[in-house]
Amino acid sequence: MYRYDEFDHEFVNARVAQFRDQVSRRLSGELSEDEFKPLRLMNGVYLQLHAYMLRVAIPYGTLNSRQMRMLGHIARKYDRDYGHFTTRQNIQFNWPKLIDIPQILEDLASVEMHAIQTSGNCIRNVTTDHFAGVALDEIADPRVYAEILRQWSSLHPEFVFLPRKFKIAITGAEHDRAAIQVHDIGLQLKRNDKGETGFAVHVGGGQGRTPMIAKLVREFLPEGDLIAYTEAILRVYNLYGRRDNKYKARIKILVHETGIDELRRDIEKEFERIRDGVLHLPKADIDAINSWFARPAYRDLPAASPALEAARKADRHFDRWVKNNVTEHVHPGHAIVTVSLKPAGAPPGDATARQMEVLADLGEKFSHDELRISHEQNVILPHVAKDDLKTVYDALAAEGLAAANAGLVTDIIACPGLDYCALANARSIPVAQRISEAFEASGREQEIGELKIKISGCINACGHHHVGHIGILGVDRKGEEFYQITLGGSADEHTSIGEIVGPGFSTDEVVGAVEKIVDTYLGLRHSPQETFLQAWRRVGQQPFKEALYG
Amino acid sequence: MKIITANRLTDGVVVYLNGNGWVDGIAAAAILSAPDAIDAGLAAAARAIANREVVDVNAIDVTLDDSRRPVPVKLRERIRAYGPTVGYGEAALPRLVA
Repeated sequence: MYRYDEFDHEFVNARVAQFRDQVSRRLSGELSEDEFKPLRLMNGVYLQLHAYMLRVAIPYGTLNSRQMRMLGHIARKYDRDYGHFTTRQNIQFNWPKLIDIPQILEDLASVEMHAIQTSGNCIRNVTTDHFAGVALDEIADPRVYAEILRQWSSLHPEFVFLPRKFKIAITGAEHDRAAIQVHDIGLQLKRNDKGETGFAVHVGGGQGRTPMIAKLVREFLPEGDLIAYTEAILRVYNLYGRRDNKYKARIKILVHETGIDELRRDIEKEFERIRDGVLHLPKADIDAINSWFARPAYRDLPAASPALEAARKADRHFDRWVKNNVTEHVHPGHAIVTVSLKPAGAPPGDATARQMEVLADLGEKFSHDELRISHEQNVILPHVAKDDLKTVYDALAAEGLAAANAGLVTDIIACPGLDYCALANARSIPVAQRISEAFEASGREQEIGELKIKISGCINACGHHHVGHIGILGVDRKGEEFYQITLGGSADEHTSIGEIVGPGFSTDEVVGAVEKIVDTYLGLRHSPQETFLQAWRRVGQQPFKEALYG
Repeated sequence: MKIITANRLTDGVVVYLNGNGWVDGIAAAAILSAPDAIDAGLAAAARAIANREVVDVNAIDVTLDDSRRPVPVKLRERIRAYGPTVGYGEAALPRLVA
């Protein structure tokens, strides 16, 4: 894992001191709320429905046990004993006091964490594949490049007042687990004919009120040109992006209104101007960052684990957990564990202080001191020996963390919705809870197979509903919550935006509607191997419309 | 019928205006019906903003329940008044630890 150098420490500590002073000046009246608001937002501090909310960055979703333990400590000491992991691989605390936040930031800085650029019209936390570095299908570790982008973009003077926020995602594999095509810039690592490492560069993707799939702007960008090309894109966006209407200010609108060909010409022109200057990345610098992400010293183990196989035979639930939550690892005898934060009836993505501490302990003992947060709001233990899986599972089960549902219908993404968020129009969490309870009670999760339900409480789409196989958008209709359903969305390498199936459903109706959609799928699929998304792409909306509306 | 609500500056907690200042619970909020009373309440709230007591002031519509306590008309404000409609933290756990 990357460790702060002297510059990083100085920079983050200086920022904590600066914010402490800003809070102090706000409380003394030296700063008005209008003056203070942009300053607090630059440090991840929002004012939500019930209290302030602090969003803490987890760079590219990777953290060590000490950092996870600190998140638990903050939840326990300054909040209400829990935190919420988000679709941006961050964590949000829902109840901190403003007067405590400088100290929280100081505590975070002590473990090399911060909340900088988790809000505001700047380059946000760069997200990646949560299996980075250990995925079987990976070309290179995307976190290396995410870290390079983090260093380049942190307080970049030219890009702290962009027309709107700017999100970058990187996948290291052909199979996209980072939803890159719905980001402002999506980078896919690849190798060219000469075996050189580089990126396919996509630009102008996004969700929100105008969902768009990113366009391919460059087939292959050599890795050494990453910063220069990204800077060229940002410069063109900064120059031409609209500032007259915040709903039309994202780069996706610029791409749409200008056309990718014209924009590509502008980007390439700027790139040619700057590519051989200071922004070119020397191979030695890439190698230096790469060394921070070297794989740990694994035990030498055979590929198969007799202990694991015996435990699977002896415990049906464990067997199911292994099937759904354990992924093949690049190193023999090891596995990647997805710890689901979606037990039936629980708020998706929430973890208690105690659970965070237990996860930190497990990460330390069994995963080479490393954990990940996925954009699907789960926690990953990326380096577990197969021989240790049963021990890890038992420890998770004791804390309510052993839901065997990764990738299944109950592994639902949901934003905080109207229960917390000042922007929301409808609640998301209770809908997720009721859906997961209904499907768990039915005992059909396994039979249904891979199915991604994603729920947002407003059109800003923090719950990624546009790319849910079943997407649910909460809306306010004359003071009542209604839920609009989309089908056929996907955020992988075949990204698609879901299509509205028909009129929305009331709170009472929405769970039944989802069940009807799933029943329809089960009735029409060719075989259990045909997933919901494959079936939907084969038959389209009609059978689902008929089932829902007659 | 309206009440005036805000968030306390120091900790963000939802508060309501009554004759004695800002209180935590909605039950103690002053119920304002006459336009003059609402204007006076908003003026008091503006002074509280200037005095750095509160932020994000709003006059919200309410009805009265059987005990003549104010109940916000909008769901958003009911959630602000009574808290999230979902369990959280340790309270959401017991039924999960089987």
